[in-house]
Amino acid sequence: MLQFVISRLFQSIIVMIGVALVSFAVFNFAGDPVTNLVGMQSTDEKREEVRESLGLNDSVPEQFFNFVSRSVNLEFGISFQHRRLVTDVIAERLPATLELSIVAALLALLIGVPLGVYTALRRDSVVSQFVMSLSLIGVSLPTFLIGILLIYIFAVTFRILPSFGRGEVVDIGFWSTGLLTISGLKSLILPSITLAMFQMTLIMRLVRSEMLEVLRTDFIQFARARGLTNKVVNFTYALMNTLVPVLTVVGLQLGSIIAFSLITETVFQWPGLGLMFISAVFEVDVPIISTYLLLVALFFVSINLAVDLLYYIVDPRLRVAQSQ
Amino acid sequence: MKYLSMIVGILGVVAYLTAPAGAQEKRFRYAYQSDILSMDPYARAENFSLSVLNNIYEPLSQYNEKLEIEPALAESWSMINPTTWRFKLRHGIKFHDGAAFNADDVVFSFNRATAKGADMGPYVGTIEKAVKVDEFTVDLITKEINTLLPSTIAFWYIMDREWAEANGAENPVDLAENIENFATTNANGTGPFRLASREPGVRTAFSANTNWWGAKTKRFNVSSVVFTPIASDATRTAALLSGELDTMFPVPVQDTAQIESSGVATVLQSPALRTIFFGMDLKRDKLLNSPIDGPNPFLDKRVRQAIYHAIDAEAIRSRVMRGASTPTALIMAPGVGGFNPELNKRLPYDPDKSKKLLADAGYGNGFELQMECPNDRFVNDEQICQVVTNMLAKIGIKVNLLAQTKSKFFGRLTKHEVDFFMMGWIPDDLDAGSVIAHLLLPPEEGGLAYNGGRYGNPRISELSKKINVESDPAKRQAMMDEVFRVMQSDVAYIPLHQQALSWGVRKGVSVAQRADNALLYKYINIK
Repeated sequence: MLQFVISRLFQSIIVMIGVALVSFAVFNFAGDPVTNLVGMQSTDEKREEVRESLGLNDSVPEQFFNFVSRSVNLEFGISFQHRRLVTDVIAERLPATLELSIVAALLALLIGVPLGVYTALRRDSVVSQFVMSLSLIGVSLPTFLIGILLIYIFAVTFRILPSFGRGEVVDIGFWSTGLLTISGLKSLILPSITLAMFQMTLIMRLVRSEMLEVLRTDFIQFARARGLTNKVVNFTYALMNTLVPVLTVVGLQLGSIIAFSLITETVFQWPGLGLMFISAVFEVDVPIISTYLLLVALFFVSINLAVDLLYYIVDPRLRVAQSQ
Repeated sequence: MKYLSMIVGILGVVAYLTAPAGAQEKRFRYAYQSDILSMDPYARAENFSLSVLNNIYEPLSQYNEKLEIEPALAESWSMINPTTWRFKLRHGIKFHDGAAFNADDVVFSFNRATAKGADMGPYVGTIEKAVKVDEFTVDLITKEINTLLPSTIAFWYIMDREWAEANGAENPVDLAENIENFATTNANGTGPFRLASREPGVRTAFSANTNWWGAKTKRFNVSSVVFTPIASDATRTAALLSGELDTMFPVPVQDTAQIESSGVATVLQSPALRTIFFGMDLKRDKLLNSPIDGPNPFLDKRVRQAIYHAIDAEAIRSRVMRGASTPTALIMAPGVGGFNPELNKRLPYDPDKSKKLLADAGYGNGFELQMECPNDRFVNDEQICQVVTNMLAKIGIKVNLLAQTKSKFFGRLTKHEVDFFMMGWIPDDLDAGSVIAHLLLPPEEGGLAYNGGRYGNPRISELSKKINVESDPAKRQAMMDEVFRVMQSDVAYIPLHQQALSWGVRKGVSVAQRADNALLYKYINIK
């Protein structure tokens, strides 16, 4: 077990270095940050001075080395765009993204899993057919379209929900939360549904197909033959056995919810990391871009690790295999 | 299904609980496509940020809503010798924290605006030093004669020395040193509004300054202002239509009709100061990116004329800009000092003439060209370039369009690595003199990076030096006219249009739309 964790940690570090390298290579194609750093009518000397002071004249390997060594010391520099410490900017934006992502993930799970189970058990009912065809829309419509659609229905036409922003937030220490105010909760509804839509339908369809598969297996047939109640067979034996692949997908999806919340955040002007990242890309705000990419890589790597560990808890077969 | 009905139920309850609670105080809520970059008025010479900061901070002399210079913190000024301007400061002005405003603050502000990390070059770059004469008199000594100084410094705002020193904000942020600055997120000015709260990228709130020196003649009735950046065009429009915003800009061209017909808001349009034009590499013997074996075709004036005749500015106005542009023959707009309407005559649209000119120049079979455009900078920039691509195809020039982000585009342009490009310009000091300096002088004559095609003409270089030091307006205008005639006869640029300013304004709200796209709170009234 310990050996397993250590080897996974080691792999994670390699992944992080890979991400650093890739993200660094990307900067050289993102454009010239200096044009965004000084006013249009600045002189060439001023441009050169800024370029020099930021170390942009160093050779590429040199710049990469400096970048990695600073990152290891958790020094991420000053955002070109905001003129503030990158760590502060990210710390400010993180709560918004995490709250949105977690609410969206919960929505996806709490609606997706039961619907999946239902459509598997009552395969031929009208409701199942309806839900299944509805889910096709969720998988196929692009996120921004769903977002704009929801905005036009609930904000512009009925005017019951806000179209942008996070509403009022309450600061609890370093964490600013929108979960404690009514306007914050209202603001959360549309973005979280938009963000959850794809994952929800994905989870639902996954649970359904896994469930159908498990229901056909011998041990379920046997359990039924022994006269166990439907409830016990369906929810204890069948559902538990479908959860391993579902867990993998949900884990990975949580990572991508955080990483790809940027489309939802842009549509709803949700002040999270995704929105920050998009504007940083446009402005070639290198310190923000690099730190964000590292952070997202860290999320993915640690979620994967957590999922691997969760397998042990959910799937007794793995524990047995390990101890032998 | 149970869950779905539960969600609908929760939605209903929430909507009921939070129905709008009657009329608010006079609060003005607006959105722009990007955020204010910094609260520090010297951090970046960027038009939008500076226009917002003008509500908090004030300059010595300022532009009014018609872009005429009027007294602000200085009540009068005069040129006492060719390189010295004397400013008499207004008495009894207080900063928001209660500190008194005096000559020391002006001198301090000048030093801070020229410190390392400041980006105020376009506004204070011509000034050698600021000298305190007495408590309420300051001399600004210029490096050379500058007859336009009062308008040059209109975006250089005065900060309080004591406040900056007490908070360790004597200098702006220097990016090379990883140190933050108090003035980046806090502000203390003399203006009609004070900073109430600042959450970068989220919202910035302002409240009216009841002790403002101009309060007696104030022309606004709003008591607070909330600014939100909304990057997504569709969301910005939706937020205006849903009544969550009182004003938003820019209005996406495709949403204009929808807003006009909504009954909730209207679109306020007026010609902007930014001029869009096309430039060509006029320096290289061979083009850098285009697959042409022979010499750079742009070196032949007939080719430049051919392209000019092939671009139908009227069609671009009606189809791409949906009427929201003004075709032009100059590279600066009416409203910029030195603009002469007599020179504003375009070469007619005439593709047959273009073909003939190309044939005369030896390009009867056309050629292949790379065109570069930004896709996130000007109104419909990429679409305009696509249309131009089609127009040039008609005269046999095959254009490979490279539309890219502004960061990439301007990076290439300022390194002069573009063959044929789109460009837009608004002079910081609203004077054609700086248009000449930036776009019509080659680098070796002191021209700056944005002359992407490195155009130069000895006559313009010669006139430019005289224009800088000429104090007689009539003589100065005559020389400027000559410069632009030379530019036009050289076909140094192919001017296209001035894009229109376009603001979506909720009914019942009145704002002043200044031609430089500044929305000043001191002109806002809400019914």
